[in-house]
Amino acid sequence: MKYYENSTIFQFNWNQVAHAFWQRYPNPNSTHVLTEDTISRKVKNGILHTTRLLTKTNRVPKWGERLISKNVVKIIEESTVDPKTKTLTTYTRNLGYTKVMSIVEKVVYKVCEENPNWTVAKRSAWIDSQVFGFSRAIQAFGLDRFKKNCTLMYNGFNYVLAHMFPHTAQYMNPSLSQMGFAHLIDEGIKTSLAEDLQHSLQGKAEKVKDAAKKATDLAKKRAGTIYAAYQPEQS
Amino acid sequence: MNSIAETCNNLKREYDGCFKLWFSEKFLKGDLDDSMCSNHFKLYNQCLQQAMKDQNINIDEVNMAHLGTEQEKKTED
Repeated sequence: MKYYENSTIFQFNWNQVAHAFWQRYPNPNSTHVLTEDTISRKVKNGILHTTRLLTKTNRVPKWGERLISKNVVKIIEESTVDPKTKTLTTYTRNLGYTKVMSIVEKVVYKVCEENPNWTVAKRSAWIDSQVFGFSRAIQAFGLDRFKKNCTLMYNGFNYVLAHMFPHTAQYMNPSLSQMGFAHLIDEGIKTSLAEDLQHSLQGKAEKVKDAAKKATDLAKKRAGTIYAAYQPEQS
Repeated sequence: MNSIAETCNNLKREYDGCFKLWFSEKFLKGDLDDSMCSNHFKLYNQCLQQAMKDQNINIDEVNMAHLGTEQEKKTED
């Protein structure tokens, strides 16, 4: 299991961030996000609890076809919003295929201590795989990918925020606002790292191919084992 | 944004619109009464539950809470 965490600051107040969180999709660059549904939602002890189901497309790499037959990834997003303490917590996990890969991401958005008009996001991620012969490669790829996407995610959320709150955006630190728009045209908006990672792990796992190739001979011998290990996830 | 089931799209859109308004204009301003959109949600949810059944989605796995339970992973700080 790999663990990773980082913190980022948004130059928007917490209410704006909380508001924008529900309006991440659709956007022109999130075509891989297919659906978004609210499964349950309730206010309990002053805190809003929500569970959502997201689906995304994925491309299955050749070597993964034996493991994964479907081309849609389902993601469960649990969240709590506490308006009193101004805390938004999100917790996402992939549904099914958890033996092949399990990616859990937790993000806590709070008022920035240095500037009450800003919001700090503390992100933690747990990346795991239990596929014999592949787990290390998948985990390493996942972690690398996750780190690279931190900047993308940060810029993406800034883009969404800037469009929702242009008045606030005009007071943003110029270098920050520049950064917030630079990557977007090419890279698209990635508002949840875990979702992106969950997507990319299945979709772009060809990148692991090199590492996986070394394991191919072994994997072929053990294909029966892998398949058996994977079966419970399919049924 | 579309629902997982096309048949639920209209009900979802109506609910989402109501929720956005409620969240920013009521909840964030301290009004915790969440009845404003409950009728919209009921209709949308009925449709959604049936759709998840039809699509063989493991509803127990969907509904199993992780956040705030023993299932939740611990940060290493």
